[in-house]
Amino acid sequence: MTRKQKKTLIRIIVSGVLLAAAAFVPVKGVVRLAVYAVPYAVIGWDVLWKAVRNICHGQVFDENFLMAIATLGAFGTGEYAEAASVMLFYQIGELFQSCAVGKSRRSIASLMDIRPDYANIQRDGQLVRIDPDEVGIGDIIVVKPGERIPLDGTVTEGESSVDTAALTGESLPRTVRAGEDVISGCINRSGLIKVRVNKKFGESTVAKILDLVENSSSKKAKAENFITRFARYYTPVVVIAAVLLAVIPPIVLGGGWTGWLHRALIFLVISCPCALVISVPLSFFGGIGGASRKGILVKGGNYLEILADSEIVVFDKTGTLTKGVFNVTAVHPEEISEQRLIELAAYAESYSVHPIAKSILEAYAKDTDQNRITSCEELSGKGVKAVIDGLEVCVGNDKLMEQLGVGWRPCHHVGTTVHVAVNGKYAGHMVISDEIKETSADAVKSLKEKGVKRTVMLTGDSATVGEDAARRLGLDEVYTELLPAGKVEKVEKLLESKSPKGKLVFVGDGINDAPVLSRADIGIAMGAMGSDAAIEAADIVLMDDDPVKIADAIDISVKTVRIVRQNIVFALGVKLIVLLLGALGIANMWAAVFADVGVSVLAILNAMRAMRVK
Amino acid sequence: MRKTFRLEDLDCANCAAKMENGIKELEGVSDCTVSFMSQKMTIETEDGTDIDKLMKKVVKLCRKIEPDCEIIM
Repeated sequence: MTRKQKKTLIRIIVSGVLLAAAAFVPVKGVVRLAVYAVPYAVIGWDVLWKAVRNICHGQVFDENFLMAIATLGAFGTGEYAEAASVMLFYQIGELFQSCAVGKSRRSIASLMDIRPDYANIQRDGQLVRIDPDEVGIGDIIVVKPGERIPLDGTVTEGESSVDTAALTGESLPRTVRAGEDVISGCINRSGLIKVRVNKKFGESTVAKILDLVENSSSKKAKAENFITRFARYYTPVVVIAAVLLAVIPPIVLGGGWTGWLHRALIFLVISCPCALVISVPLSFFGGIGGASRKGILVKGGNYLEILADSEIVVFDKTGTLTKGVFNVTAVHPEEISEQRLIELAAYAESYSVHPIAKSILEAYAKDTDQNRITSCEELSGKGVKAVIDGLEVCVGNDKLMEQLGVGWRPCHHVGTTVHVAVNGKYAGHMVISDEIKETSADAVKSLKEKGVKRTVMLTGDSATVGEDAARRLGLDEVYTELLPAGKVEKVEKLLESKSPKGKLVFVGDGINDAPVLSRADIGIAMGAMGSDAAIEAADIVLMDDDPVKIADAIDISVKTVRIVRQNIVFALGVKLIVLLLGALGIANMWAAVFADVGVSVLAILNAMRAMRVK
Repeated sequence: MRKTFRLEDLDCANCAAKMENGIKELEGVSDCTVSFMSQKMTIETEDGTDIDKLMKKVVKLCRKIEPDCEIIM
């Protein structure tokens, strides 16, 4: 508790004791008023003071002012005990609220406690601690065991296991060696490592994540906007109703001013919308916090809300459902040697950054001599055309061979077939395949269990490869041989075919699917450790590569939205019922206190459940 | 321009909503969010707005709604 909260607690206790004692003091009239005025003053002086101050500022529908009127009015109608109690309970509710909010703020702050305090850097033979902000690109930093890696970079010396749990929720440590990349925010567990920094702190993974989480509460969910809009009208309406209730019936029916005034005061006690206004953002805040503990970063409450209505989940294949690591699994040359075929393909692909090109270069396992390549041209969606040692070499898919009019042969192996033609003559092909992630099938299955109606896969790969993967994963639909633009088109078609309330989720690795990520209702990028593009383009970022996290994210969103709905229905329901009963003269001041403070406390307790993620 | 400010002693969620609505209506402000949970205020201004002048208005407005709340600049 903060000092302010402790002070309030002491006042609550003192006032509570005095109030209980007052019930046993056998006095009447003005003395009795004085006896109750003491605990009232102890607990309510600040509310009265704020009411006066705010009314001077023209804040008519201020909660302090309303509470002051309601309680002073109760004193006026002779209900001393009620008046003091309403104020007491109001303060208890406020204290509880501030403790609950403080607690969830702290627990989310500790969850996101990945900000590094310093970086060790070698200067004049000595190790000095400096601010991570001052470290430049190319500097070598030293990370000792037990320390947090302050900046992104490449290990130059040493070997260690690093704990990525704070970023990914994955508890198994990862081993890193010289030459491998490490990400800021992870904890170095076992050995001393030296790291060459390759990004400034402001652009490091940890800075990006913190920025994302800190800004997430500014993107408000629909429910949140609804409730703040509602609150704007609720208080004035209830207060006006209270005034009318106090004035009109006595005039029409004649007399009975005190009774009607009492009913009006009940209205004022219930007129504060705080329970609602606080419980909705608290729930979303908790949901986002709980998700980030599992390595799921949600950029705003609105996305959590949309995700709960997922109807179609569209996956990109490579890097999302598969590992994205390609291997040459078969080489079928015609008339030339296997080695020669790989060599030609490797040279042709040596400028390409496509994963398939990388795997061919890996299979070649030798450095390419750039002088042997005279020209190289990328044919989007088909392959490459290059001149090597004076030979025109075309490397690509079936379409490219068709275009060249080369007599090509299909392959019986499942995988991506890459054909090679030399000087317009077919030279053979190689098969490259990608492994499916161990958890992909489970991920698809659990999405189905969560009520996702259709699971779809989009891929630029051939029909055989795509359909084979889709069958093994149990996906409903698969669209193959798509160019990047084709993926956007397909997603647009799927968007048209879904039900009006359902939402389309696209999951990709964020590398070249940014347009699709932004076109879908929700874009989820996975494997974002270190990929800036993914963090930029997506609405939800999965820090590791596990597709099962998508189902977890949907779970969290459904739970959060359910809590929000429960709170809205419950709080509004109780308030309306008590208002109605109050107007009819059935509900008393105590019921009003429950409708205000009691509902607040229950709604906050319910909202805090959102943070708990199994 | 987009600027984020930290808020101190913002104790009431309804006040946060009131501040947000109030600031949105100020001249030169294209959007504003006041987050009660993260105690932060983000103001987006139209091009060519005098930030210092605007912030004076913002501070005055917030003082009026929630006198205890402090904007950390």
